[in-house]
Amino acid sequence: MKDYQRLSEVRDDIQSGALNLDDLVNHYLQRIKAEAHLNAFIEVFAEEARAAAAPIQQKLLNGTAGKLAGMVIGIKDIICYKGHGIAVGSKILENYKSIYSATVVERLLAEDAIIIGRLNCDEFAMGGSNENSYFGPVKNYADNTKVPGGSSGGSAVAVQAGLCLASLGTDTGGSVRQPAAFCGVVGVKPTYGRVSRHGVVAYASSFDQVGPIANSVEDAALILEVIAGADEFDSTVSSQAVPAYSEKLKFEGKKRIAYLPEVLESAGLDPEVKAMTENAIERLRADGHTVEPISFPYLEYVVPTYYILTMAESSSNLARYDGVHYGYRSPNATDLESTYKKSRSEGFGAEVKRRIMLGTFVLSAGYYDAYYAKAQKVRNIIRSKTEEILKDHDFILLPTTPTPAFGLGEKISDPLTMYLADIFTVQASLAGIPAISIPAGNNSAGLPLGLQFITKRFGETELLAFSKYYLELFASQPVVSY
Amino acid sequence: MKIDNQTIDRIAHLARLEVSDADKPALLKDMNNILSFMEKLNELDTTGVEPLIYLTDEINVYREDAVKQEITVPEALSNAPEQDGKYFRVAKVIEKS
Repeated sequence: MKDYQRLSEVRDDIQSGALNLDDLVNHYLQRIKAEAHLNAFIEVFAEEARAAAAPIQQKLLNGTAGKLAGMVIGIKDIICYKGHGIAVGSKILENYKSIYSATVVERLLAEDAIIIGRLNCDEFAMGGSNENSYFGPVKNYADNTKVPGGSSGGSAVAVQAGLCLASLGTDTGGSVRQPAAFCGVVGVKPTYGRVSRHGVVAYASSFDQVGPIANSVEDAALILEVIAGADEFDSTVSSQAVPAYSEKLKFEGKKRIAYLPEVLESAGLDPEVKAMTENAIERLRADGHTVEPISFPYLEYVVPTYYILTMAESSSNLARYDGVHYGYRSPNATDLESTYKKSRSEGFGAEVKRRIMLGTFVLSAGYYDAYYAKAQKVRNIIRSKTEEILKDHDFILLPTTPTPAFGLGEKISDPLTMYLADIFTVQASLAGIPAISIPAGNNSAGLPLGLQFITKRFGETELLAFSKYYLELFASQPVVSY
Repeated sequence: MKIDNQTIDRIAHLARLEVSDADKPALLKDMNNILSFMEKLNELDTTGVEPLIYLTDEINVYREDAVKQEITVPEALSNAPEQDGKYFRVAKVIEKS
């Protein structure tokens, strides 16, 4: 079986008769089995995926197929799919079955995508290494001793290892972009309010967005155009019309791009990641774009601001897990209060409990203004400054992560070190603006590096077109080793 | 500021969590480290800055109020740890006097 990188290749081969969709589904099922040690999938929907293949193949041959016909896709274990399990990487929801589907799932299915299974992630999307999953860590396909990133670690590895063509992840502070960078694939975090959160388990509601992970910008653009847009079940989704991103990928002209000197000077920046970023700046300059340093004096403040706000929001969102309405109930409970306390304490993992505790603290009487309200104000400053940069510049360029994928077990014992790994992704999350991570070659140890572009709210069309152009520019030049 | 074991107990109760004595020292250390890190924000003057609360421009999004049966009672109860076909069951709340 050919190693398909793009939906267009699948579609061409089905049209020409060279490929049966049924065989493609079986190929992915075999790959999933062969790479089971990666632990990317929590559950595989094998029978359903097989059953879906023939009717969709027929539709393709009849010319009546949806936009995603031929695409075999995995979904992060945080997205509801009616009648299917969803655990959000947690013991507390281990046996939960969705009673309705997320809007994004309805839209994938309406366009004839085949959902092949649900993908491992950090518990309640809290983590940057996929080591906080109740179902065990996911391994990076490029090097099995390294983490895949998180929280959408399974979603990134599934695409990296060719276990499906594309996947959905969710990005709260980098959970699509960071694993995409660590795994050498494309990951998009849309503008806040671009994609419905209905049926997506809530972590931090003023940040969470569903985003596609794929091998190509083309496929990511196509998935985004399918899942985006107004939804009567989520009133925070923008009513702005969704452009046909996949048809607007032709890039022309010269752009003004900002890079942040504070990023290149930041203490934890890996020398090869720095070289990769400087190389990107040089390539873009050589191709005629203006790339200039613009100071962003708030870089040191983005991570603490992000964690105060998301911990506060998560402590509130996760109050719903009470051992009563659904999910795990402790057999050791004796009354209503101990039902709550014991079910939650036995059902949640350590990182989730730590964040609930800190979130409860920053919202508690006497500390609310000093932590939570303060962070909301700093968020406003960070957004204003970022938007100011984007008034004069089309994009901000920065590495997705300060280092390549780190070792399994390397950071898990120190939460603060783990949080600092989010330093380059949370700026776009705080500002609610779109960002993309694209593969930028490997380091000397063969680990993928990711380059990030950030742009204005609802600027996905330009962001995607420019990213595709950049990847072509990058591919057309000799490989550099960093 | 530094929090102590008493604060841990108070916050754990508010969050309806239990923290065992064995877990307390490590949690206390982590929480104090993280809170000191968060206090970096005090370096910034935010006088006169409005808190950013809503990230969307959508205001008062209305739709028609139509009657729909989207979730049935059996579906709503289907994931409950204990239920009797009509209600979620919990341990007895009110004791007979």
